[in-house]
Amino acid sequence: MSTVATVAQAEHEQWVQPSKGRVAMLCLIIAESAIFTIFVVAYIYNIGRSLYGPTPSQVLDVPLFNTIALLSSSLTIWLSERAIEQNKVRTFGLWWGLTFVLGAIFLVGTGFEWNKLIYHDGLTISTNLFGTTFYSLVGLHASHVTIGLCALLIVLLFTITGHVKEEHAERIQVLALYWHFVDAVWIVVFTVVYIIGR
Amino acid sequence: MADSTYPIPGPLETTPRRWSQAAVLEWLNSWVVTVDHKKLGILYMVYAIFFLLVGGAEAIAIRIQLIQPNMHFISPQVFNRLFTMHGTTMVFLVGMTYIFGFANYLIPLMIGARDMAFPRLNALSFWLTFFGGILLYYSFIGGGGLYGQGNAPDVTWWAYAPLTSRAFSPGHSTDYWALSLIVTGFGTIGAAVNVIATALCMRCKGMTLMRLPLLVWLNMVTAFLALLAITPLTAAQIMLLIDRYLGGHFFDTQAGGSAVIWAHFFWIFGHPEVYVLVLPAFAIANEVIPVFSRKAIFGYPAMVAASVGIAFVSLGVWAHHMFTIGMTSVGNAFFVLSTMLVGIPTGIKIFNWLATMWGGKIRFATPMLFCTAFVLQFLLAGLTGIMLAVAPWDWQLHNSYFVIAHFHYVLVGAIVFCIFAGIYYWYPKVTGRMLSEKLGKWHFWLFIIGFHVTFDVMHIPGLLGMPRSIYTYGADRGWGTLNMIVSIGGIIQAIAVLVFAWNLIWSYFKGKEAGNDPWDAWTLEWATPSPPPAYNFATDPVVTSRRPLWDLKHPDDPDWKYE
Amino acid sequence: MLTKCLRCVFLSAKSWLLLATVFIWQTAFAEGPSATPSIFAPASTPANSIYGLSLFVLSITGAIFVTVAGLLAFVIFRFRQHGQDDTSEPAQIYGSTQVELAWTVIPILIVVVLFLTTARMIFAIQDATKPKAALDVTAIGHQFWWEFNYPKLGIHAVNELHVPLSNPESPTPTYIKLLSADVIHSFWVPQLAGKTDMIPNNVNSTWIDPHHPGVYVGQCAQFCGVEHAKMLLRVYVDTPDQFAAWVKNQQQPAVNDASVAEGRHVFETQACMNCHTIAGTAATGRFGPDLTHLMSRDTLASGAMANTKENLREWIRNPDTFKEGSLMPAMQLNDQQLDQVTAYLETLK
Repeated sequence: MSTVATVAQAEHEQWVQPSKGRVAMLCLIIAESAIFTIFVVAYIYNIGRSLYGPTPSQVLDVPLFNTIALLSSSLTIWLSERAIEQNKVRTFGLWWGLTFVLGAIFLVGTGFEWNKLIYHDGLTISTNLFGTTFYSLVGLHASHVTIGLCALLIVLLFTITGHVKEEHAERIQVLALYWHFVDAVWIVVFTVVYIIGR
Repeated sequence: MADSTYPIPGPLETTPRRWSQAAVLEWLNSWVVTVDHKKLGILYMVYAIFFLLVGGAEAIAIRIQLIQPNMHFISPQVFNRLFTMHGTTMVFLVGMTYIFGFANYLIPLMIGARDMAFPRLNALSFWLTFFGGILLYYSFIGGGGLYGQGNAPDVTWWAYAPLTSRAFSPGHSTDYWALSLIVTGFGTIGAAVNVIATALCMRCKGMTLMRLPLLVWLNMVTAFLALLAITPLTAAQIMLLIDRYLGGHFFDTQAGGSAVIWAHFFWIFGHPEVYVLVLPAFAIANEVIPVFSRKAIFGYPAMVAASVGIAFVSLGVWAHHMFTIGMTSVGNAFFVLSTMLVGIPTGIKIFNWLATMWGGKIRFATPMLFCTAFVLQFLLAGLTGIMLAVAPWDWQLHNSYFVIAHFHYVLVGAIVFCIFAGIYYWYPKVTGRMLSEKLGKWHFWLFIIGFHVTFDVMHIPGLLGMPRSIYTYGADRGWGTLNMIVSIGGIIQAIAVLVFAWNLIWSYFKGKEAGNDPWDAWTLEWATPSPPPAYNFATDPVVTSRRPLWDLKHPDDPDWKYE
Repeated sequence: MLTKCLRCVFLSAKSWLLLATVFIWQTAFAEGPSATPSIFAPASTPANSIYGLSLFVLSITGAIFVTVAGLLAFVIFRFRQHGQDDTSEPAQIYGSTQVELAWTVIPILIVVVLFLTTARMIFAIQDATKPKAALDVTAIGHQFWWEFNYPKLGIHAVNELHVPLSNPESPTPTYIKLLSADVIHSFWVPQLAGKTDMIPNNVNSTWIDPHHPGVYVGQCAQFCGVEHAKMLLRVYVDTPDQFAAWVKNQQQPAVNDASVAEGRHVFETQACMNCHTIAGTAATGRFGPDLTHLMSRDTLASGAMANTKENLREWIRNPDTFKEGSLMPAMQLNDQQLDQVTAYLETLK
C-alpha cells in the first residue's frame, strides 16, 4: 500500500480547528440557556395568575445596586482576561479578585432581599404562584452565580500561590465565558421579574 | 513501522492473558476506571443491551396481561408500573445509551483522533447515566419494599400533572422517576458536549466538515438537539419536585397553576427527544447502506442539510402531542403545518437511501438485511406519522393503540433494526471476530416476522377505539383476537432477541477472525487492527476525500476527483 | 435461498392484507351504534367529517407507500449482487441536482394540499356555530366516573349520558362542556366525535349530533390513575319521546319507599351520605356519584359491571372485587346491613 497521495498539498495548508474548551463551554451555555428559557417562560406565563397572597408590585424593590455590581463584574473579568493575555499576572489577580468581590456582593444582596421577602413580607416559595416562580427563577440564577464564584475562588487561590501564568490565558477565557453568560441571564431575569412582571 | 502507511497489516501482537485472581481484579478495575472512548463505548452498549432485555421482559408481561380480555395475570397497580417503566427504560436507558455507545466508540476512529475531546468527562457522563438507571430500578424494591410493588413509577412515562402531585401520587414513585432522570440527564449533557467538541475540534488533517463521515455529522446534530431538548425536561422535573416537596404551585390547579404547561414543557423535550433517538439510527444506515450497495452515499450535502433541517424543525412541532388538550384552532393548524414540514427532509433521506442502492451491487449480509427492512419500516412509520399529523384524525387516534403502533414502528422498526445492523457491522472491529451469519439470519427473519405480526396488527385496535394505558378491556369490545395476535408476535420477537444474545456470546469465542476490514469499507476505522490498539492510529492520518480507504483501494478513480 | 425467503415474505404479506381487510370490514364499517367503537363507523357529524378526511389522507399515503415500497422492492431484486466472485465496483454516482430537486418539490406540494385540507376541517369542527336548538351538558371527569349535569333541565346524571337524536335537516346537537374535578381525563366516544381532554382549572368543549339512535360506547382516553381502564362511557342516543321520558324521570326526586326504611337508615348512618347525593333526602355528598336514579342505569361503577342486585351488593361489600383501587372504600357492613341497603338502593328508579 502506498502512502497517502497528495500529502504534500495538505502539509502546506495550516490545519486549524476551534479550541475544544471554548466549544465545550458554548455547548454548556446552549444547554443552560434552554433550562433558563423554560423557567422564564413559566414565570411569564404565570404573571398575574396568583389567586391570593403578595403581588410583585407590593413586595419587590428593584435591586439596582446588586445589578450594577454583577454587571460591573463582567467588565472587571474582561479586564482581567486582557491582563493575563499580556502576562500581567498581578493586574490579572487584582481584576479577578474584584470580579469575585462584586459577584459576592450580588449574592449577599440577593440574600438580604430574600430575607426581607420571607420574614417581612411573608413571601415564600409555597405562598402562591408568584412566590414559586420568583424563587425558582431567581434561585436558579443565584445557584449558577454560586458555582461561578466557586470556580473564580479556586482560580484566585491558584493565582495567589503563583500557579497561574500567561499560558493559562485560554482556560481563563473559557471560564470568563461562563461568567459573562451568568451576567447575560441576569439581564433577562431582571427585565422579566422586576420590570415586566411588576 | 518505518513509514506512515496505513492500514497496518495484520493483528497486533498481544501478550496472552493469564487468569489469576489478581489479573481478574485488574481487568475489572480497568473497566471501572477507564477513560478510553472504546471501552466507554462498549460499556454504554452493554448497558443498552442489558436494559433492552429488561424493558423487553416488561413488555412481555404487559402483552400477557393483554392477551385476552379480563386477564388477571398482574394487578392494575403492577401493570401501571410496568408500562411506565417499560417506556422510561426504553427511552432513557436503551435509547440514550445506544447513541453514546456508537458515538463514543466510532467518532474518534472515524475522524482519525486518539480519543474524545474530554476523556474524563466521558467517563463521568457514563457513570452518571449508569447510576441514574440503577436509581430508577431501585424503586422496585425501595420505599414500600418487596412486600408491595415497591415504588416504581406508575404515572406513564410522560407523567402528566396533576396526577403527579402529592395529592394524587402519594408515596415516592414520581420522585424516583424525576430524580433518576435528572441524574441521567446530566450524563447526557456531558456526553453531548463531548461529541460536539470532538467532531469540531479533533479531526485529522484534511478532514473538513464536508468530508466528515455521515455518522459523525448525524451524531453531532443529535448532540446539539440533545442539548436543547434534555434541559427542558430537567427544568420541568425540578419544578415538579419543587411542587411536591417545597409546596410550590407550578402545576397546582387549585392555586392558579396550570396542568397544561406541564404538557407543553414535557413535549418541548419529548418531541425533539424522539429525533435524538432516531438520528443516530440514520447515522448507522448512512454507513451500512453505501458499503453493502458498493456505492457512495447519494447526495451527501443534501443528507447533511436534511439532518440539520430535521433538527431545527423538530424543535417546533411539540404540540402535535397535544391536539386534544384544547388549543385554539389556529394553534392546532400551526402545529399541523410544522409537523408535516418535518416530513419533507425525512422523506428526502429515504429517497437518498434508495438512490444509493439504485445501480449498486447489493450484498445482503446481516447488516444490510436489517438496514433494508429499516428503510421499508421507516417509510411506513413516517406515513402513519403523517396520518397523526392531521389534527382532526388525531382527535380520534391520539392516546389509542394506533399511536403505540406508530411509535413502536419508529422505535423498533427503525431504531432497533439499525442498532442490530450497526452491531453486526462493527462487532468485528470491536472484538476482532465476525458474528455468525447463520445465527444472524435466524435472528433477522424471526425478528422481522415477529415485528410485523405485532406492530402491523396493532394499528387495528387503535382504529377500533382501544385506548392506551389500560390494564384490561371488556370482551364485548371486539379487541380480543387482535390483542392475542399482537402478543404472539411479541413472543416471536423475544425468541429472536435471545438468538441475538446467544450470537453475541458464542461469536466472541468462536467467531471467524475478522481482520482489519472484513466488509471492504471506506472510512478510517477500517484502517486500524481489530480490535484497535489503545492509541487508535500509529500516526495521524491525512485525508483528501470523504472515503479515504476508497481512494487508497482505487487510486485510478479516487473520490477527490469528483467531490 | 434469499429469493425464496423474500417470495415467502411477500406471499404472507398478501395474506396478511386479506386477513386484515376481512377483520376490519366486519367490525369496523358498521352502520349505527356498535359494541366495537370503530372510528370508521361514524354516526355524528364530527366523526363523519374525520372519517371522510381520513379516507382522503389514506389514499395519498397509500399512493406514496405503493410508489416508494415498490421502488424498494425493485431495487432489492434488480441490483443485488449476482454471484460471490463479482468484486468489480459499480459506477459511483454522487448525486443529481434535478432528481433531488424533484423529490423535494413534490413532497412540499403534497404537504401543502394535506395542510390546507386539514386546516379547513379543524376550523369546521372546532369553530362550528352553535345552533339555538343545541342541548347544553356539562361533563365533569372524576377518578374514575363521569358526572353529567344538564343545567337548563336541572338534571344530575352519572356515567350514562343521554342525548337527543339529531336530524341532519334541522340539527339538535349536544354541546358538552368538559371539566375535571381532579386529574386530566379525556372524553372519547369514537363513533360520535374525536376525543377532547378534561383538564382541571380549564374549560374545554366538544359537540355531537348523532344520526342513529342506540347506545354508543367509549372510555376515558387519558391515563388518570389506577382504574383508568374501567372508566367507561355509554352515550344513549334517544328518540325525542325516549329523551323526554328520561328527562322527566331524572327530574323527579328520589323514590321514597317506606318498605326499605331500614336500608335508608343504614345508608344515612354508615357514612354513605358523606360522598353520595340522593335528591330529596339528607344525603348531599358530592365526592361520589349521584345515586338518585341509580336503577335507571344499565351498568354500575362507570361500566365496570352490569347493574344487577348481586353485583350491587358485592360492590358495596367490597369495591375492589370489580375495580381494584377505586376510591370507594369497603365500609365493612355486615350481611344484614348489606341486604338492607341494597334493597333500598334497588328502589331508586
